[in-house]
Amino acid sequence: MTAYFNETHNQARETTRKFIQTHVLPHIDDWEEAGEFPREIYTLAGEAGLLGAGYPEALGGHSEGDVFMKVAISEELMRSTSGGLVAGLGSLDIALPPVIKWARPELRDAIVPSVLTGERIMALGITEPGGGSDVANIRTRATRDGDDFILNGSKTFITSGHRADYYTVAARTGGDGHGGISLFLVDRDTPGFTRGRHLKKMGWWASDTAELSFDDCRVPADRLIGQENGGFAVIMSNFLAERLMLAIMGYTTAQIALEMAMEYTGQRQAFGRPINGFQITRHKLVDMATKVDVAREYTYRCAALMQAGKAPVKQVAMAKNLCSDVCESVTREAIQLHGGMGYMREAAVERLYRDGRLLAIGGGTNEIMKELIAKQMGL
Amino acid sequence: MKVLVAVKRVIDYNVKVRVKPDNTGVDLANVKMAMNPFCEIAVEEAVRLKEKGIASEIVVVSIGPKASQEQIRTALALGADRGIHVETDEEVQSLEAAKLLKGVVEKEEPKMVIMGKQSIDTDNNQTGQMLAALMGWGQGTFASEVAVDGEKVNVTREVDGGLMTVGLKLPAVVTTDLRLNEPRYASLPNIMKAKKKPLESVAPADLGVEVAPRLSTLKVEAPKQREAGVKVEDVAELVDKLKNEAKVI
Repeated sequence: MTAYFNETHNQARETTRKFIQTHVLPHIDDWEEAGEFPREIYTLAGEAGLLGAGYPEALGGHSEGDVFMKVAISEELMRSTSGGLVAGLGSLDIALPPVIKWARPELRDAIVPSVLTGERIMALGITEPGGGSDVANIRTRATRDGDDFILNGSKTFITSGHRADYYTVAARTGGDGHGGISLFLVDRDTPGFTRGRHLKKMGWWASDTAELSFDDCRVPADRLIGQENGGFAVIMSNFLAERLMLAIMGYTTAQIALEMAMEYTGQRQAFGRPINGFQITRHKLVDMATKVDVAREYTYRCAALMQAGKAPVKQVAMAKNLCSDVCESVTREAIQLHGGMGYMREAAVERLYRDGRLLAIGGGTNEIMKELIAKQMGL
Repeated sequence: MKVLVAVKRVIDYNVKVRVKPDNTGVDLANVKMAMNPFCEIAVEEAVRLKEKGIASEIVVVSIGPKASQEQIRTALALGADRGIHVETDEEVQSLEAAKLLKGVVEKEEPKMVIMGKQSIDTDNNQTGQMLAALMGWGQGTFASEVAVDGEKVNVTREVDGGLMTVGLKLPAVVTTDLRLNEPRYASLPNIMKAKKKPLESVAPADLGVEVAPRLSTLKVEAPKQREAGVKVEDVAELVDKLKNEAKVI
């Protein structure tokens, strides 16, 4: 353990680990195949205080401003070996912060506690069929009509999209570009708002991913989150924590794959000895471990900067790219070391490989990250 | 009634222990430590007694180095009310532990002491019994059920032949077996609250006990590695090997 974590973090880790061992690991393979995990997991996680980390105590949270608490919990949640479960449980982390920071106090107080206890599920709707990372050009439109806005358009690839109760939705209220976007809080049963089919994915099977459509969906103006046409900045400020989370998922996924590979190569016999008795295997494991270590330590550094109140946009983008690359190569090698077994769905390492692929895409693709980094470098 | 729970800091049960190269003990450097699993069960039982309205206060005590406070904090997060840390860096053997606990018990005057039947590091299974003897109290060891009934407690014990229930007059010592309960995990808000619960630190001398080992460890060795077995072709070969190689028939 490093100096970044204190005793309280370690206790939180222990709780999270036991939560995963008790409620998740015995069932995760079934949930992955079923493409969904039970809603009860949200309330159990809420009771354990796993959902409330990083949010104000007055709203039912704890450890506000404690970035490493979030890191510790996230690493242990990944021990579920299911990116889908972590993404599904964590969809509130991308949908809720704008509500906490910018929604009207009455709206905030009515919504947030029920999400942190896990009774209500929350999703973020930004990406559209016509474009994802290009947030400035979203097309869903919100037209003012008296005390309401009328939303028209559609969203896709929305995590927890099917079963969420509240949605934080981006829509165009003004002119073209980033200056014309607003955020709204939309209730599940608002007339004109429908959820499409469950989308089948390469990985993250346990997470519910859906299309959303808005057809003359009337949303009261007091459900506006933040200033009208001020949504772009809100969305952007939200990305830092999301990308840090994806980086954490990246190196932790790789770490788990490495551990599985170490275990397997110590048992698997070939030509009369365990396959880690061959130098090539050992060197491969060493390369994997080196990558994981560097990725993790760099991400901790980013978290430390955030803890110090900085907004390390460039570093976090770099961490996300580094960790998603490390995740892809380490999980690939872990499968290779597992041989035929690694290709079987009963081996969790197979899932880690598929799940990890998302990390280079979600939260802004790695190419978008590079453009962001280039800009910060003054290129 | 007041319940005292003793907890011990030990190597986490998931860790594969390694014997030190000089055979003086097991390597503790950079090894994950945790609360002894039987102690977790003891804490859980006390918390359940409090939830049922039987226990009014749970005091948790641990003996050991400064870091043992982590295990006390964990117990506080699980529902204990306050902690007492008997701080010592010396090796504490069963009898000294029992004497130290006796000192705490005399000060706190609990109606019941609940503790693990043994700790997974040295597996002595002595301290609870010794404490009961030193106090002159009844003891219910290897408990799989604890039922308080007024001034009495009925303890169901796991013994070789099955289950035995003993009725003890309170105050008494109860030691926990594996199947007594399934310990909960501490919720994160409770972990935060536990930081504000009182934790008092005392020295062995304050309790009038001198911590000096009476037993010395001569040598610690890793168990022998099991050798690979052999496959036999048929029963005749098996019998032959049993007779002539293993010499068991």
